[in-house]
Amino acid sequence: MIGDTSIFDTSVGGYWIPLVMKAVAVLAVFLVVPLAVGYMEHKVLAHMQARLGPMEAGAFHGWAQLVADGVKFIQKEDVVPAAADAGVFSLAPAVVLIPYIVTLVAIPFGPRLYALDLDVGVFFVLAMSSVGVIGVLMAGWASANKFSLIGALRAAAQLIAYELPLVLVSAAVVMQAGSMSLLQITQAQSHYWNIVYPWQLVGFVIFMMAAVAELTRPPFDMPVADSEIIFGAYTEYTGLKFAFFLLSEYGGIVVMSAVAAVLYLGGYQPIGGLSIIPGFLWMFGKIFALSFIIIWLRATFPRLREDQLQRFAWIGLTPLALALILVTSVYKVGV
Amino acid sequence: MNAHEYAFVVVATIGSIAAVAVVTARNVVHAALYLVVTLAAVGMTFLLLGAEFVGWVQILIYVGAIVILFLFGLMLTKAPIGRDTLDYQNRAVGAVVAVVVAIGLGSLILQAWPLASTPAAPSAPGGSDVLGSALFNTYVLPFEAVSFVLLAALIGAIVLARRDEGT
Repeated sequence: MIGDTSIFDTSVGGYWIPLVMKAVAVLAVFLVVPLAVGYMEHKVLAHMQARLGPMEAGAFHGWAQLVADGVKFIQKEDVVPAAADAGVFSLAPAVVLIPYIVTLVAIPFGPRLYALDLDVGVFFVLAMSSVGVIGVLMAGWASANKFSLIGALRAAAQLIAYELPLVLVSAAVVMQAGSMSLLQITQAQSHYWNIVYPWQLVGFVIFMMAAVAELTRPPFDMPVADSEIIFGAYTEYTGLKFAFFLLSEYGGIVVMSAVAAVLYLGGYQPIGGLSIIPGFLWMFGKIFALSFIIIWLRATFPRLREDQLQRFAWIGLTPLALALILVTSVYKVGV
Repeated sequence: MNAHEYAFVVVATIGSIAAVAVVTARNVVHAALYLVVTLAAVGMTFLLLGAEFVGWVQILIYVGAIVILFLFGLMLTKAPIGRDTLDYQNRAVGAVVAVVVAIGLGSLILQAWPLASTPAAPSAPGGSDVLGSALFNTYVLPFEAVSFVLLAALIGAIVLARRDEGT
């Protein structure tokens, strides 16, 4: 089989050492890449608005701004509202953050550079990314604040609506590749990336729109609409807990970009035989390119209204995704 | 006991404690959150038995969608915000339903696997390919029947929920 075993398993023997190495590697990626994407958001948004963004922290272009922000968050007072359900309130940030860390386990960064090759990798990733919304609901309800509750309910309604097209277009990719393993989906694109097929290009666009909606990023940021419900479910959070929510937003961008890169852009596969550049650099390049698009959308589009948002998912994206599955199955059977 | 059995004991214990907590929780949202733990434990049990696909689908559908719908419904209607509690005092009806369900499920399980018999070892890992070929070769008729029933329920829900103007 191609992509035989993980580099972590072959480089050292035993059971525990590779396991610890994998956990450390996944955690390192999760702690570093989202920070880089967060910094990119500061800078990209700033330049799109014709300003400079953070310039002081760190020597070069304010690169240490997010580290400084983190230190600031740690020093802040950890406030729990008097009427809040303290246990659920404190647990919510972890429930939002942890699923995204776990998701990274299944993402291949090279033919042998992955932590775990799951037989049903696509389903694993989608299942994990849908768990986080429980944390949002917990946060909104436990805050004992009507704005928070409204934000949480909007987030839940939005996630259920956009989960459907996300799963359906992923199923179309699975049908085309004939496997649910993220590694084998990548291998199946060694000649042509999925995005060159016209119907999968449509699928890619649907996937990115649904992913942005799942992350509740603009233009689908009704759940955190700051001008009407303050900051939705996260209104009452301060200090480190708030920082966790921010980290999970950037972590979510990274994870969704990585999954889109694997499903449609060939994962670690290079463009046109440029295999002199190692696969993991291609993978990270694709992740950052897609993250850039997600940030770009924030600077470009106004916010959708709640009813437009729901109609777009149920009447627009879902039927289109179903038609996509039909076209893919015709292609698979006919060609 | 091997590692698998230890893992099963841990998962089953957590799942059972959470299941008891679902019933005894004073707060209806807490009960729904304990249900998340129970359903995740069921999913973990499927994974431990080698049924990878069923396990992750359990988490995707039940934890990721159905419990969210529960919480959604609770929060839109009756859930007291914050620390308040809600109690309908309907214990007698609840007890009757619980006993009936326990007898029904218990007799069903005992019929299928009598106490004396040793459970058969899983013949093959229940990956998605095994499950798929079983569903669409051996069990295609029940599968279609179930999807038909679900479709009928779906249409029924739409008919009940929809109020057309002027009718």
